[in-house]
Amino acid sequence: MSFQQELRQLFPGQIRSVDATGNNEIVILLNRSDVAPFAKYFLAEHHARLATVFAEDRVAPERTYYIYYVFDRPGESPWLILKVPISSYEPSFPSLAADMPALNWQEREIQDWFGIVAQGHPNPRRVALHDNWPDVHPLRKDFPLEMVLPPFVGEQHVYRPTLGEGVFQIPVGPVHAGIIEPGHFNFAVAGEPILYLQLRLFYTHKGTEKLFENMPIHRAVFLAESISGDSAFSHGTAFCEAIERAANIQVPSRAQYMRTILLELERVTNHISDVGAIATDVGFVIANAHAGRIREMLLGICETLSGNRLLRGMVSIGGVRRDWDESQLEALEPTLTLVEREFRDLVRLIESSDSTLDRLEHTGILRPEKAKMLGVVGVAGRASGIDLDIRRDHPYEAYSQFDFRVPVYDAGDVWHRTQVRIDEVGQSLRIIRAAMAGLPPGPHRAPAQPVPPGNCAMSAVEGWRGEIIHWVRIGENNRLERCKVKDPSLNNWPAIVEAVEGNIVADFPVINKSFNLSYSGTDR
Amino acid sequence: MFNILQKTFRVGIATSNYPQADARISAQFRGRPQFDFTVWRDARPAANVCPTGAIAIHDRAQVRQVTVDYGRCIFCGECAEASSDGAVRMTREFELAAAARGDLVLKADYALLPDGSHAGLKEAIVVPARARLGKRVDAAIQKLLGRSLAIRQVDAGSCNGCEQEIVALNNPIHDIERFGIHFVASPRHADMLLVTGPVTRNMELALTKTYAATPDPKVVVAVGACGISGGIFGQNYASLGGVDVVIPVDVYIPGCPPRPEALLHGILLALGRLGTLRKNSAS
Repeated sequence: MSFQQELRQLFPGQIRSVDATGNNEIVILLNRSDVAPFAKYFLAEHHARLATVFAEDRVAPERTYYIYYVFDRPGESPWLILKVPISSYEPSFPSLAADMPALNWQEREIQDWFGIVAQGHPNPRRVALHDNWPDVHPLRKDFPLEMVLPPFVGEQHVYRPTLGEGVFQIPVGPVHAGIIEPGHFNFAVAGEPILYLQLRLFYTHKGTEKLFENMPIHRAVFLAESISGDSAFSHGTAFCEAIERAANIQVPSRAQYMRTILLELERVTNHISDVGAIATDVGFVIANAHAGRIREMLLGICETLSGNRLLRGMVSIGGVRRDWDESQLEALEPTLTLVEREFRDLVRLIESSDSTLDRLEHTGILRPEKAKMLGVVGVAGRASGIDLDIRRDHPYEAYSQFDFRVPVYDAGDVWHRTQVRIDEVGQSLRIIRAAMAGLPPGPHRAPAQPVPPGNCAMSAVEGWRGEIIHWVRIGENNRLERCKVKDPSLNNWPAIVEAVEGNIVADFPVINKSFNLSYSGTDR
Repeated sequence: MFNILQKTFRVGIATSNYPQADARISAQFRGRPQFDFTVWRDARPAANVCPTGAIAIHDRAQVRQVTVDYGRCIFCGECAEASSDGAVRMTREFELAAAARGDLVLKADYALLPDGSHAGLKEAIVVPARARLGKRVDAAIQKLLGRSLAIRQVDAGSCNGCEQEIVALNNPIHDIERFGIHFVASPRHADMLLVTGPVTRNMELALTKTYAATPDPKVVVAVGACGISGGIFGQNYASLGGVDVVIPVDVYIPGCPPRPEALLHGILLALGRLGTLRKNSAS
């Protein structure tokens, strides 16, 4: 019995249609919003993972909202998307967050952005819109992008109180001591150990998803590059892939190889600077100096290959904007050899420093069962037993051509998050070399073509932090109707709360750094 | 310990000699797009592809005014690709910081032709930004010897791209401490706020409070296209636009993001002003 027949038999009368025409996704449209039995069935019987949930306002054309639940089934390449209609009259949907804590924030985001109530959510407070915002729902189509809201007054967020003798509250941020992005951390401490941490993010919310709507697609590529500046190429590629799938654009194989090389360069660059930054957060500053030096070598290559140190302005719909000539490629191998050698020395320095390892091992432990419950992805997931890597599980670009190992550990401490990065640097350098060796000739970009309105598609890219998901609906005149962005940080922030519990305040910076999550990618 | 020292000696000095020597940048680096206003026949293709509206056209009566705003530019190079008349060319110039917002804007008036193209450059305001800044910076470096500057960085809503390059100022290659400049953990210890943007609604209060907590005399530097103008985010329900919408700005550093040498150049430019500010507040 096929999967579709099985579904129709199990859930008679509940499925309106199944669209399996896309090679990347199977879209199941339900008749009503009763999604829980489906979710439970996919999770229990197919061992699926609920990757993301998001909404779309189709009230004007179809008199309904939709909520999309994206499932990832082990060993199955196509994503499973449950498309659930939500009545536009007093809109609400049944919350699954009580059983699936991974959805906690994402369901609340739907409440905030669309005013669709998550019925039965255990903690239905605002998450994306701060408490001092008026009662607005910015992703509704009748909310204008340039709406001028009245001035905000002060902070009205109520934190869980800190009670008991010798128990204190330490508020930190949004402006932090280091050169990092803004967010608020509220620690409850009993002496040195942290009792619990409350997070408050979305300080850098700049209307990105709203801004995508109605934006010409060629411009939107640059906006995608600005979702998270350290992942400009990954987000840019994820966006372009979504459009290419929606428009059925074939990316030439040379461009796929070029993208693969640049994606891996982005990973190596960020992983190496993270290894240095983790060492510096426990006082081993010299390691960071070396990491900074190696990073500069890599940024030099990035600039030579793309014209920008952070790989901006390179990816485009249908491929990449500029081809490479021999002179650009010549510099690559000598630099990679140097980077490899210098990074090996750096790792040796760290491993030979007992006082450094002592601070990293058994610090900030995220247990595999917690990681699974919270839907943690990427580096942090792989250090806590979550064996996921989009490059292997849903190959895109040229990844299916290369052999690489996905490092997975169970320990879940700061050191193993560092170890995953160290291992991945080695694997990435292998991929880059193999892609260089096999770089096919031919065009670097598919010819520009109009994108058919109404089409939708999803893409997933394993950014250096983890799984990046973009979902698009194309509008008229080569413009976007909707672009949903899910940065891996969104899954992983709640994991930091788990990982810091019982650790001393002084270890918070290194625990936070070992996750190194994006605020802007979360806040958009 | 021995390993550490051995490695350090083996590496030797890695630090760049910029600004005394030229910056080591690759041939492909996209810096300032240069506009030859005299040969430009049609600005529409460039304006159409510009992702941030840095190139804009205003037609009134028979006159077309073309404005180029380096404070919005993200240096993507699309304008040069789109302009078939060769009037737009990407250069490797990155020293673009300016003390006045207006110094980043070029304007040219043309006679508008019936087919929508234009001819006959009537008037152009093309600021010789680089020459004017160069002198100031040299003076600043001289003044700088023996002086220290404390910077507090504020991310008021950035994508984290600018932060990547600001962090790079502290690595051994760019090593901003060689100028006696260092980053501090509190605005109360700072002489300068280095602010990235766009300023979000949610960061407006934090930015104003940080500004108020910084003792006078203080200098504010707005970093990157978003810090200067809101960049690709512009102004919307969640974004207020550039830093100067919220607090006064002394120096603007264009880029997306500005490379570390561009940041250094802008900070040194701002220092020239700090000297005079300090004199004023002492008297």
